[in-house]
Amino acid sequence: MQELVDSLVADGFVPGGLPLWVAYLGAMLVFGGIVVFVFILPIAGITTWVERRVAGRIQSRIGPNRTGPAGFLQWLADGIKSVLKEDIVPSAADVPLFKLAPYVVMTGFVAAFVVVPFGGPLIIADLNVGILYLTAVTALVVVGILMAGWASNNKWSLLGGIRSAAQIVSYEIPAGLSILPVVMLAGTLSMQGIIGHQGWAPWTWHVFDNPFTFFAFFILFVSALAEGNRTPFDLPEAESELVMGFATEYSGLRNLLFFMAEWGNLYVIGAVVTTLFLGGWQIPLALADHPVPRIVLQFAIFFAKAYFWVFVAVWLRWTLPRIRVDQMMIMCWKYLVPIAFVNFMGTAVWMVLFPAGVPAVRVLLSLTAAGLLVAFARRVVFHVRRALLTREELSFNPLSTARVMSRG
Amino acid sequence: MAVSDPAAVHAVLRSHFGDAIGDLAGTRPDNAGTTVAPSAIVEVCRFLKTETGLAFDCLSNLSGVDYPKRNIIEVVYHLYSYRYRHLFVLKVEAPRDNPAVSSVAGVWSAAEWQEREVFDLLGVTFEGHPDLRRILMPEDWPGHPLRKDFVEPEEYHGISTSRESLLKT
Amino acid sequence: MSLTGFEVEIQREVDGGLTTEDMTLSMGPQHPSTHGVLRFVVRADGEVMKEAIPDIGYLHRSIEKISEKVGWHGFMPYTDRVDYVAAMFCNQGWAMAAERLASIEVPKRAEYCRIIAAEFNRIQSHLLSVGSMAMDIGAYTPFIHTVREREYINDLIEELCGARLTFNYMRIGGVAWDIPPGWREKALSFLERFEPLIDEYNALISYNKIYTERLRNVAAISAQEAIDYNLVGPNLRGSGVRYDVRRDLPYSVYPELDFDVPVGSGELGTLGDCFDRYMVRMREMKESCKILRQCLAQLPQGPVIAKVARNFKPAAGDCYVRIESARGDMGWYVVSDGTAFPHRCKIRTGSFAAMSIIQKVSRNLMIADLIAVIASFDLVAPEIDR
Repeated sequence: MQELVDSLVADGFVPGGLPLWVAYLGAMLVFGGIVVFVFILPIAGITTWVERRVAGRIQSRIGPNRTGPAGFLQWLADGIKSVLKEDIVPSAADVPLFKLAPYVVMTGFVAAFVVVPFGGPLIIADLNVGILYLTAVTALVVVGILMAGWASNNKWSLLGGIRSAAQIVSYEIPAGLSILPVVMLAGTLSMQGIIGHQGWAPWTWHVFDNPFTFFAFFILFVSALAEGNRTPFDLPEAESELVMGFATEYSGLRNLLFFMAEWGNLYVIGAVVTTLFLGGWQIPLALADHPVPRIVLQFAIFFAKAYFWVFVAVWLRWTLPRIRVDQMMIMCWKYLVPIAFVNFMGTAVWMVLFPAGVPAVRVLLSLTAAGLLVAFARRVVFHVRRALLTREELSFNPLSTARVMSRG
Repeated sequence: MAVSDPAAVHAVLRSHFGDAIGDLAGTRPDNAGTTVAPSAIVEVCRFLKTETGLAFDCLSNLSGVDYPKRNIIEVVYHLYSYRYRHLFVLKVEAPRDNPAVSSVAGVWSAAEWQEREVFDLLGVTFEGHPDLRRILMPEDWPGHPLRKDFVEPEEYHGISTSRESLLKT
Repeated sequence: MSLTGFEVEIQREVDGGLTTEDMTLSMGPQHPSTHGVLRFVVRADGEVMKEAIPDIGYLHRSIEKISEKVGWHGFMPYTDRVDYVAAMFCNQGWAMAAERLASIEVPKRAEYCRIIAAEFNRIQSHLLSVGSMAMDIGAYTPFIHTVREREYINDLIEELCGARLTFNYMRIGGVAWDIPPGWREKALSFLERFEPLIDEYNALISYNKIYTERLRNVAAISAQEAIDYNLVGPNLRGSGVRYDVRRDLPYSVYPELDFDVPVGSGELGTLGDCFDRYMVRMREMKESCKILRQCLAQLPQGPVIAKVARNFKPAAGDCYVRIESARGDMGWYVVSDGTAFPHRCKIRTGSFAAMSIIQKVSRNLMIADLIAVIASFDLVAPEIDR
């Protein structure tokens, strides 16, 4: 965005005599505000609505459907409710830390959006250390969660905080090791640079570049779920074990901030895997002379890819149970870290052997992925049809209330 | 060879413990049994559990019954054998004013909590019990509620235990 | 040899110089996975429990004392509250105890009505148990799916006796209401729908890798231990003991019915682990469907209640009735002194026994395992305290 400010200054939109840093600061605040209020907060809120609707379908019920069309405004109603609720601070809590913790979590989450691209030119700051910056600031979340767990002065919260710290710190390693192959391929840490290294077509994406990046992609996604405290890695919250873990003692707005960060993080996860592995905002059309449709299209394609992974995370959450803390650690250190390391080394060797890449492998891998997707879709269709065919409908309307069975 | 008939079980017990065993009582399999002297209960139980042919490996139920007219509290043991699928009942009579019975928690682990419950609700002291505490009632509850002469206290820690009827007649 | 750095720390710990403190956690009485008001005092070293000491009595409503005050007929609604998840069995236990004391012959149709109601209640209770077990392990979806089917059973039972939870359906001498017209077809239609769903639940969650990893080899109880602690029902059968009151000490019309008694086999780990107990319940639901089909097919005509005096006074004496409740062998020790009020009624329940073994099996498990253990025992708090 620096170019934009510079051009505005050059065109004389900024009053003369104003120091340049003020202009930059003002621009940063304006852009930051736009992104936070127009994109981040709504996306976090809408994801809660999506999550509840998807959960409803999975659980053969409806989900929120009263507020707005198909319950779409439910997230707004819930947000307003949370803001208006009493803000309780336990008397035995470490008050300054307790009050600070949600903001630290929120900062870690919002700061990630600085380098998350939205479209071709749409990025707040295309840092040359973009992905490194992102892994660094998202790690700030663990500080906030640990702070919340400690300051609540509640043993369950403390356990949740400690679990979270152990989990996030551990899974940073496979996540980082899975990012490295992409960085090596692209030769840059900048988010836009990494996207620029890929094309719109699947066989030009990093995920299909070689077999190692193919696995690195899945390891990154699993590690990101763990860092985002999502099922099956939702141990820090663990409703049935730790009540609500680090967030037990929080109410009202502070509780809302924790959950906004959690759901917003889903989008960050989607955006990161899309940027690194799935071609980002690359579109097949050039549209060099039509910047607005181009940017809209780029934004749409990027958003669709990123949100697909949000959907997958939601889907996993309502399908899988939670793993135990020792199993989580075993999975990280005994399986993910060595595999990620092999991927990292393998990619390096691959790059030495085939500096220009192997188009056949790329096409083969993308076809394999397409085949897997088709097979999966057929399986889903088969099961749905079988359920519809074999399941007996109740031949009666239950007496008490006129309930109607929904099919499927 | 299983000794399943209650009369036969009773005869075996008589031959081993003599006068400590009372008469055979009860007509159906579920209540056929005998009384045992309080001093002999642990030996009788251990014998019933370990003797081949009897093998009462499970204490199904241990309960206490207050009989104010006879001035006793009866502790009742319902035994079951998973090996031979037969039942037997033992009853121990303890004086009401200071009931004390030897604990069988060393014979069947299931007795541990059940004896605590009888202690809590009827005030029977089980000698040799590893952890004889109240189990259902609060630690400082006065008296033992399942005794027939138990009078409910007016209040507990300032909380009234009764309230006026809302229905005016 | 001189020690350096980290070795010094280790040596200090070995010498006992560096002491670590155990954390004492109070789990309950209000905790999402204690299913009611249970309390465990957990001594933990981080995530690993040294022991979990159960503390019960939070739901003690003196039901046994109430029985001595309200008379034989009047106690029937109270029995619902002993185990409100499976109230039919409590009804039946009390009715059978009174009938045995007074030597009342129950009409055949009434016996069938009882078994039908009770077996539906067993499915209902097991559905709640397996669903909430999945929920405790962290999968919320199976719970909703099982509760959905449970609602249909609730509807059926509501049509039978007007209540969905505390049924008060049985009476001394029979049942309160005959099966309404058309109910049989509805029940069969439900079974038709429900039986394939058991396989669907298995496909949905039972053999999920994460789920089985959480359950297998956790809190394995040997058959001997289970008998020693008087575990009953699915908890006992999970340890491989083929004992079911319906088969081994048969009552009512169970001798006329054909069904299997599923036991745990340690199919994924140690015999008697949480997974075995869970699978026993899954398989029992299928057996209950089998029993229900037979009962609905063989339902004889006739009255549904025997003539019983309003002023019911059974002969003096005692009896110990065992019935196979959803939580296993439920014992009713009832003493009559020949008056209109029972002299003593002791209810020996499965959850009470299961609770007493938790302290032993919970040693050196993780806190998350304790949740699995509680769920696998299918503890119902009111049944423990009564």
